Amino acid sequence: MSWLLVILGAAVGAPLRYLTDRAVQARHDSPLPWGTITVNTAASAVLGLITGAVGAGAASTRVALLVGTGLCGALSTYSTLSYETLCLVEDGHRRLAALTAASLLAGVGAAAVGVALARALWG
Amino acid sequence: MAEQPAPQRISPADPTDPTNSGDPTVAATDPDVDLHLPAQRAELRAHPALLLGVIAAGGALGACARYGAALAWPTHPGAFGWTTVAVNTVGCAAIGVLMALVRAGRLAHPLARPFLGTGILGGFSTFSTYAVGVDGHLDDGRPLTALAALALTPVAALAAVWAATAATRGLLWRCGERRRGERRR
Repeated sequence: MSWLLVILGAAVGAPLRYLTDRAVQARHDSPLPWGTITVNTAASAVLGLITGAVGAGAASTRVALLVGTGLCGALSTYSTLSYETLCLVEDGHRRLAALTAASLLAGVGAAAVGVALARALWG
Repeated sequence: MAEQPAPQRISPADPTDPTNSGDPTVAATDPDVDLHLPAQRAELRAHPALLLGVIAAGGALGACARYGAALAWPTHPGAFGWTTVAVNTVGCAAIGVLMALVRAGRLAHPLARPFLGTGILGGFSTFSTYAVGVDGHLDDGRPLTALAALALTPVAALAAVWAATAATRGLLWRCGERRRGERRR
């Protein structure tokens, strides 16, 4: 059952990342990987919310597997982010590469907001 | 001279597909999708169900591998998330190999990048668990552990993707040299 929940969540999360990346690139042409930063930050906020909800007893481990491990895990990506950062460095965009590294802090901040929101709602 | 129309359909042997050209000036910089490349701009409209299905299947496979790793090497509450660090490092090394092959035209099938890169490796590696893990250490009052967790993954990830890309490019170059040598003989 738990494997099925992970599969279902990931089968939604991975195409959602692809479609979001397309939508962001179509509206905002920039060497900075805004699409990847968007999905990573959003997934971190949602996973923070789920983690907080599980901690407060408001969400089951099933929800955590479906939305957390499956959806958020597949929606967010480290491989794409690191390859894009490598390309920025190779193309001489050092400042943009540093800015992409700063997006890590945005992800951690988003996770903290998600956890805080869950505690305010269900704590 | 008339402008070349953007390719409407991509096929495995299409020489106009810039992802197959091996020309670094038109190579993808985003393994998920790069709209600067006409073939990738057209791929969703050309076969949406197949493309999204392949990405979903790859994503599910990658996520199962990540979940399997988390079950095999569980991270106890409050402990350092070594499993996620390892998963992300492996995923970043693999994307380096994959994209070097794609850039060199060695993986020319139009569904190779969506299935392997966007699907499997995107589903396998994860940013959200990393971010929530760092936040958890902060929340538990361990700022130094949080700082170490924050820095370790990106350093390992960049080292892995750089080394894997360089090694694959080197191997491809040596294979090309050998082939050129055989042709000269």
